[in-house]
Amino acid sequence: MATTYRTCPASGLQFEAHAEKLMKWNAVAAVLWLLVGGITAIGVIMTRWPAFKLLPPDQFYTILTAHGVDMLLCWIIFFEMAVLYFASSVLLRCRLATPKWGWVQFWLMVVGSVMTNVAIFQGESSVMFTSYVPMMAAPHFYLGLILFAVGALIGCFVFLGTLVVAKKDKTYTGSIPMVTFGALTACIIAIFTILTGAGILLPTLAWSLGLIKEIDAQLYRMVWWGLGHSSQQINVSAHVAIWYLIPAVVIGAKPLSEKVSRGAFLMYILFLQLASAHHLLSDPGMSAEWKVLNTSYFMYFAVMASMIHGFTVPGAIEAAQRRKGFTNGLFEWLRKAPWGNPAFAGMFISLVSFGFLGGISGVVLGTEQINMLMHNTFYVPGHFHTTVVTGTTLAFMAVTYLLVPTLFKREMIHPKLCQIQPYLFGIAMSITGLVMMGAGTLGVSRRHWDMAFSGAPFQYEWPGAAMLMMGMTGFFGMVTIVGGALWIYLVVGSLLWGKKLEGGAVSDKPTPIPAATPAASASHHGSDHVGVPGTVVLVMALLVSFVLYYFVNWKYLSEVWLLS
Amino acid sequence: MSAILPPSERLWWKEPIAKTEWMWIAIAFVWGMIMFVMMIYWHIYGKQNLSNEAYKTTPEAYAAKAEKFIAENTVRNETGLDGNEIPVVKVPNGGEGYLIARLWNWYPILELEKGQEYKIHLSSMDYNHGFSLQPVNINIQVVPGYEHVVKMTPTSSGTFAIVCNEFCGIGHHSMLGRIYVK
Amino acid sequence: MADNDNDDVPFMQKLLDNHFLLVVIGVVSPTVLYTLWGIVDIMNTPLAK
Repeated sequence: MATTYRTCPASGLQFEAHAEKLMKWNAVAAVLWLLVGGITAIGVIMTRWPAFKLLPPDQFYTILTAHGVDMLLCWIIFFEMAVLYFASSVLLRCRLATPKWGWVQFWLMVVGSVMTNVAIFQGESSVMFTSYVPMMAAPHFYLGLILFAVGALIGCFVFLGTLVVAKKDKTYTGSIPMVTFGALTACIIAIFTILTGAGILLPTLAWSLGLIKEIDAQLYRMVWWGLGHSSQQINVSAHVAIWYLIPAVVIGAKPLSEKVSRGAFLMYILFLQLASAHHLLSDPGMSAEWKVLNTSYFMYFAVMASMIHGFTVPGAIEAAQRRKGFTNGLFEWLRKAPWGNPAFAGMFISLVSFGFLGGISGVVLGTEQINMLMHNTFYVPGHFHTTVVTGTTLAFMAVTYLLVPTLFKREMIHPKLCQIQPYLFGIAMSITGLVMMGAGTLGVSRRHWDMAFSGAPFQYEWPGAAMLMMGMTGFFGMVTIVGGALWIYLVVGSLLWGKKLEGGAVSDKPTPIPAATPAASASHHGSDHVGVPGTVVLVMALLVSFVLYYFVNWKYLSEVWLLS
Repeated sequence: MSAILPPSERLWWKEPIAKTEWMWIAIAFVWGMIMFVMMIYWHIYGKQNLSNEAYKTTPEAYAAKAEKFIAENTVRNETGLDGNEIPVVKVPNGGEGYLIARLWNWYPILELEKGQEYKIHLSSMDYNHGFSLQPVNINIQVVPGYEHVVKMTPTSSGTFAIVCNEFCGIGHHSMLGRIYVK
Repeated sequence: MADNDNDDVPFMQKLLDNHFLLVVIGVVSPTVLYTLWGIVDIMNTPLAK
């Protein structure tokens, strides 16, 4: 298929025409789903805020189902398709493999996501994102998810095909860039996720059509979580790739060590998906050996990998800043980082919030015995709002500040508001996540309409602190929504009314990435070893918080009833 | 060189790794091993481990066993706020008790004694439910078709609530049960 | 670059550059450890007496 290549004058990135169009459409679809997810979030928050209790129960559960599906799948996976095409076609400067299949990916995902949403808003499929059998949704709820997943799988193959194209056309020499490698990790996890999802959703569809009589409830839970949790591990890999991408573009950071960072991604490829077991730790029917080995990502190797990224990402920033001369004290490099650049600020808040809140809470929640303190409580959504939202969503928001000018050729409108947005969204969401976890620690249930238990045969009063935290969840949740709405306004506004930018020269042929000359690598070698003492202090703070919080929870556990 | 370009060294795997980075990798590895061993340690020495005793069952079979248990051990009836009579069943000391999760109640009320060990059977008649003992805060998934036998010893006395914390339909929020510990 | 130039490439670097092999191990590892083992556990659950 004939195609052209445009080189962006500002960034130097090269966009192939088909890939460019697909990235734009996938990104736009993602933003629209974020909008739907954000609107449903208002209903969820204002209902769970005890002072308001906005919606009646049936509407609440419908809206909550939509919020889960639209945020966790639609918004994020559409955006990830754009990330995959970017990391392959743009970073490897080659044509996109089989653009026609790229469009099949896009339209299948559009049809699937719309179909599932129609099923949800018709009101007969308020089964939550998890749709545990034997609670049954309408057939088109499952069918939509299947079409969406097949679309995403096709996107993964287009990505892999593009890697092959780049190698064959020799548009790069040596190994693929780190960011592309991170995207490959995401792609591999996505393939496992989708195949597992097909393994359970196809029979479930047949069951909802009456073709199969019964699906074992525990088997469903086990296989479904291979989809439900692994899909969030795609996000982790994708946003870690973006953590490497943004400092590389904004301040010219380079990985401290290719070997270490890629090795860490390899740990993700091998073990990250095992964490699906986090949801089955308090279940019957699974052996303790299975629980321990899977919940620990095979002896915590994926946690080790995340801790390594948590070192190498800020370490790369520190090294780059020190090379620029910010060498005073431990933290001049950090103080003088480009905090006014929303891409950088968003990326850094994402890193810190994911590490300190989402990461630590995830490991504690995923400890086999400690899980009993938190299983199905409000702690769980608290945890994943500090991974999927402050981690992934914020990283995607941040990278969009780079993509709008270079991909969509528009200047961002309201630069001052753009500067504020990542702080508003990131900090408000972090606080929301924290108070959600606090309420969960006090036992408050997730997915629960009424903390007053109206209509129940008994009464139970939650502790005052729990009510307070639910109120704070409501308040800070609404602030987060303002931050999210601001981002949507800024992005959509920029696409519609932003100043048009120069697209750059268009050519029929790709310009390959110049091979690193021996001289260049020799010269950078000398200045390469920059110490990163500030990063050491930061990661030590993470470690101390991690260790303390981990053992505090063992202490809590030791105080409950005896169980064996 | 940059994260968005191919590695500048052809043999990047042979590049040396800075000492601080090695140190952090070692710390992360050791910490991971400590956390891994903690779970195994707790299985051996800890006093709070979720039982792995579980059986496949059917709602009918489970309900029959539970009804038998209720018929034999009921000590009195209580009237709930909704006007329904609920049996209060004293689980024999060191014995077995049955709890039914169904749309939308926990049935019956169990009566236990502090410091005694009980085998509490849990199963659901319909959808997934969540056994959430409050304010103790123990949370166990209750799955239809599975009978989970959990050994528990109350260490505090009083009136405890069983909140359902797995979404089970429109009446989910009214699914509140009770356990008395003397 | 001729093939014999790659003789000195370390094994791990070759592995990390072999994208399709990574796809295979990334799918097989969780399928065996999580899914298949999980199915075995569920299948081995005894029937209630």
